[in-house]
Amino acid sequence: MTRRRLPEWFLLLLPAIIVIAAVVLIPLIFSLYSSFTPYKLTRPSTLWTWVGTYNYEKILTDAKFWTAFGRTVLFLTIALNLEMLLGLGIALMVNKVTWGQRTLRTVVMFPMMFSPILVGFQFKFIFNDNIGLVNNALQSMGFNVALPWLVDGKLAMFSILFAEVWMSTSVFAILILAGLFAIPRDPLEAAKVDGCTPFQSFRHITLPFLMPFIYIAMTIRSLDVARAYDIVQIMTGGGPARRTELLWTLMSRTGYVDARMGLANAMGYVSIILSVVFTIYFFRKLTAARAQIGMEG
Amino acid sequence: MTEVTLSNVVKFYGKHQALHGINLDISDGEFVVLVGPSGCGKSTTLRMIAGLEDISGGEISIGGRVVNDLPPRDRNISMVFQNYALYPHMTVRENLGFSLKIAKKDEAEITKAVDEAAGILGLAELMDRKPAALSGGQRQRVAMGRAIVRHPDVFLFDEPLSNLDAKLRTQMRVEIKKLHQKVGNTIIYVTHDQIEAMTLADRIVLMQDGHIVQVGTPLELFNTPLNTFVATFIGSPPMNLIDGVVSGTSSIKLAGGLSVPVPASARGQVHSGQQVKFGFRADNLMPYGHAVEEEGERADLELTVTLTEPLGTETILFTDIAGTEVQGKMLNPRPVRPGEVLKFRLMLDKCHVFDATSTDAIRG
Repeated sequence: MTRRRLPEWFLLLLPAIIVIAAVVLIPLIFSLYSSFTPYKLTRPSTLWTWVGTYNYEKILTDAKFWTAFGRTVLFLTIALNLEMLLGLGIALMVNKVTWGQRTLRTVVMFPMMFSPILVGFQFKFIFNDNIGLVNNALQSMGFNVALPWLVDGKLAMFSILFAEVWMSTSVFAILILAGLFAIPRDPLEAAKVDGCTPFQSFRHITLPFLMPFIYIAMTIRSLDVARAYDIVQIMTGGGPARRTELLWTLMSRTGYVDARMGLANAMGYVSIILSVVFTIYFFRKLTAARAQIGMEG
Repeated sequence: MTEVTLSNVVKFYGKHQALHGINLDISDGEFVVLVGPSGCGKSTTLRMIAGLEDISGGEISIGGRVVNDLPPRDRNISMVFQNYALYPHMTVRENLGFSLKIAKKDEAEITKAVDEAAGILGLAELMDRKPAALSGGQRQRVAMGRAIVRHPDVFLFDEPLSNLDAKLRTQMRVEIKKLHQKVGNTIIYVTHDQIEAMTLADRIVLMQDGHIVQVGTPLELFNTPLNTFVATFIGSPPMNLIDGVVSGTSSIKLAGGLSVPVPASARGQVHSGQQVKFGFRADNLMPYGHAVEEEGERADLELTVTLTEPLGTETILFTDIAGTEVQGKMLNPRPVRPGEVLKFRLMLDKCHVFDATSTDAIRG
């Protein structure tokens, strides 16, 4: 009797298949399955109760979820645009520097080197209404105020945004700087001879060349910001009274604090749409921008 | 009227001096070619005229106006770059019209100027393509088109043909010359190729190590080179040079013992015992029966051919005089085998004598 042997290609791929299955596939299927159950971490047996789309229906009508969703989109939009503009500015300035540029480039990257948790703690201290740097500075300049930076809903959102922008502007700065280094010198010189002012050269030559780099940074950062959790959790914990609740703080609260894992997983699947939409959007833009400057041709 | 004048122009890169006091007057409508080996400062000079490089000292004026501190956009020049420098994100039409758009000309005027330039250069078919979809020669033409739509005072060409293959280069050379005859503007053209310089220029400016060595018409540089550098740089094949010593007042003893009379042009200018280089072009060393019929003082030499380069209408013959490899020419060529001994005639009154130490030509 001959034993049936597995084909060679399958054997060779098997380790990879096992790892991917264990790390990605099974958790993915499990979480998808659990989003159709009322699974509570405190009552494991609930995992076997099938409730169909109940969780999804609940989410679709849940104002708290959609508020967090909308706030995340808003946060994402403001953060990305601010970071892009600031990063572009920094990159253009660093590009002009002739002496000590390497050092400066390293300095620009410092904020990226800190753990977001630490950045969160740092800004939690800076914006503290009693002992924080900002309020102290305001008071010693003669403003007799103690602004509730992390308590007032709008100010707290601003504070988080500030921390996020501080930490991640350098991602844009570095990628755009790489783009600036890659720009051929000839078209810029041709533009000068063709009568362009420095601003016109930037507008018509430099910027089209930078767009692919900007969109790459946008794609990376949109995924980053869409899953913003650490800074928010540390600085405000989504509070006060859910006024800084973003998708991920809401989900983790639902899953781990309220122990309603089934519902949290369902939220996760709905909010993935957000990341997918942003990624597709920026990739489209990226492809168009690359075609525009002839990188495809 | 757009003369271009360079007076005592100097360029430093840090401590390195790239240009040493360049003086040059270019008159309106003239086609001037700056030529020289790489690193001689020709491109730097051009880029300073364009305003892409700072001027470390001296003065450049275009049309009587000193432009030292003017940005390129205020100099009314246009430039064709070696790598074409087209805007890759624009179509040919947009590339051509870009400078006019920047100058805020109205749409109809831009279209008219662009179509006119496209007509001159045969670009009409390509107007909607992007540079990536063009061949090297087409890109070159777009670059030239971009330069002519603006009707600038001066055209600057920075080695525009060096990225093209030999055939296309010859073709574009003719087009550039036609273009100059058509538009009649002042053109300053940089190249390292002496053939381009010879064929295009009204006047050639030959540069070496940041100095101008000689300025003159192509024929002046060819016929009366000021020193051995000019003699070997201009003309193909380069001028043959043989070491020698003046003996008496009327003859030169070449290394290897051969003796030739001092050419008429240098007679009375040399002194006995002077170390010299004796120079002549391949055209003046021809085998009997395959030479131009001409009158004049001549010397007959029996020489062994070591190598041949057939070119069709003529064959370049490599041979040896007094241990120095020299090149001669054979008209209406017949096949010649290496090792064959031929009787050559050397036209003595067309020969040159250079001082061996200063390398300067000795001429009356």
